[in-house]
Amino acid sequence: MGKILKLIGQRLAIGLLVLWIVSLIIFAGLEFLPGDLAQEILGQSATPESLAAFRKELGLDQPMHTRYLGWLGGALKGDFGVSLANQREISELIGIRFANTIFLAVLAAIISVPIALTLGILAALYRNSLYDRMVNILTLSSISFPEFFIAYILIYIFSVNLDIFPSLANVSADTPLWERIYTCLLPALTLTLVVVAHMMRMTRASIINLLASPYIEMANLKGMKKARVILYHALPNALAPIINVVAINLAYLIVGVVIVEVVFVYPGLGQLIVDSVQKRDMPVVQACSLIFAGTYVLLNLTADILSIITNPRMLYPK
Amino acid sequence: MTQQTSTIGESTDAAPPPVYKTSRFKTAMRELKKAPLSAKFGLLIIILYVIAALFAPVFAPFGESEIVGTEYEPWGDKFFLGTDNLGRDMLSRLLYGARNTVGIAFVTTLFAFLIGGVAGIFAAILGGWADQVLSRAIDILMAIPQLIFALLLLTIFGTSIPVLIGIIAVLDSTRVFRLARSVSLNVVVMDYVEVARLRGERLGWITIKEVLPNIMPPLVAEFGLRFCFVFLLISGLSFLGLGLQPPTADWGSMVRDNATLITYGDITPLLPAAAIALLTVGTNFVVDWFLHKTSGLK
Repeated sequence: MGKILKLIGQRLAIGLLVLWIVSLIIFAGLEFLPGDLAQEILGQSATPESLAAFRKELGLDQPMHTRYLGWLGGALKGDFGVSLANQREISELIGIRFANTIFLAVLAAIISVPIALTLGILAALYRNSLYDRMVNILTLSSISFPEFFIAYILIYIFSVNLDIFPSLANVSADTPLWERIYTCLLPALTLTLVVVAHMMRMTRASIINLLASPYIEMANLKGMKKARVILYHALPNALAPIINVVAINLAYLIVGVVIVEVVFVYPGLGQLIVDSVQKRDMPVVQACSLIFAGTYVLLNLTADILSIITNPRMLYPK
Repeated sequence: MTQQTSTIGESTDAAPPPVYKTSRFKTAMRELKKAPLSAKFGLLIIILYVIAALFAPVFAPFGESEIVGTEYEPWGDKFFLGTDNLGRDMLSRLLYGARNTVGIAFVTTLFAFLIGGVAGIFAAILGGWADQVLSRAIDILMAIPQLIFALLLLTIFGTSIPVLIGIIAVLDSTRVFRLARSVSLNVVVMDYVEVARLRGERLGWITIKEVLPNIMPPLVAEFGLRFCFVFLLISGLSFLGLGLQPPTADWGSMVRDNATLITYGDITPLLPAAAIALLTVGTNFVVDWFLHKTSGLK
């Protein structure tokens, strides 16, 4: 048990280190922004006095490391400063949007994980059958499709022709849960189609790998029933790769929402970051990138740690 | 893309010892005949796209950003696929889009391979602290999701074509670095590399003459996959309005500009998106076949 804790501690330390360096990179972005921030906001006609006062207000007269510490400290407390575009508190802009994005990603995950795992395991069991080949071609195609293509095809079918779902996912804070799920179904379906292909292929590959190992062959040669081989011999060892696959794809989902949110005009973090990049509103972009990158790193870290816990062989590294 | 198809032909006949120019071509053709339907379909698509990209001005009935009619004209004789939101000919823009979108994705992938490939092989040959520093730096860069990183960098440097190519090439070279390093690691321990080292050959010579020829097949396959990925990423950015800037015809932004038509039941805006999807599907099919051929996987 001591060993496993040490291993997990190591991963956690590495994860935190990565998070810290990521925050450094994101912060450094502001430093490389060409031109003077104060000048950019106040315009060319600003007097030197007002520029100096404004710099002081933003803390731009401080040395870089002081500002970094201030920024990081604020970010940890959820205070990201003010937006350059409309002078609003960034935390105020982000709060509800982040919750919306998480809601969409979770909804997509709830739909996609069971589908992907079932399809993947079936494809691995009936390898090289007609079903496997069909699924292979289908997933290869759906990986190749740009997200907005899938999104617009779904809009074309379900909201224009069949008129079942709305083409805009307009939700507000007081939308009741069922209505929220209903409006978010098309975006969630788009994400599902994108992510199922990845998840299914990875599941299939890891199960095939597993089924090729000698102890499974042994179990088969002993004349065991197929169901027993899979449930008692294969599944416990397949858990680790499957959990890994799921966590990696959840991380992918968090980032994948950006384009889908724009297509469906969904009030989430992805929409916000795209708008802010267009306006070159650096503090907002920084805040959003930090949240996206942080979630991504944390999910990957979770995948790492879960695969250690579920795989006994990881306990005894060579 | 032509380069890619020719390299596929070259490496498929690596097995027979006497390699002459003519037989090389013949073996390539023979392999091609044996290829599965999906690979042939993929190759056909790639060839068609290359032709469309090279001869866009010949085929296109109108200029790239020439306003020739009123907005959103339906499909007809004069405008085969109608006109877009500014009254420009859709078909012409689709053809020019092949040139811009595919061309830029191709150039970006080339740069990514130049940076990542060279750095990866260097890391494998040099080993030691150079390898450690490079690998750890790449690990951290890969910990940040690519799209988010691209958005951050685009905010800093602004959106222009050279900046776009540079940013995506650097971000994507991390993946190339990992692959190039891991496949080169198997080659640099070979005796002939050791001999070259003892002979006092320079790093560049070892890279190009000793290591590179032996890691070509996985790199070529990866080139196809990376191209798809870069192509989708750039189209995605263009769709968000952060990639290629107007009036350049580009498939991603064409979808965005004309998206309103979909709500009226018109599928014209889906055409550029379908063009993107078709090329990536085709490339994936060819890569799939090529991986089967070179790795002997079944």
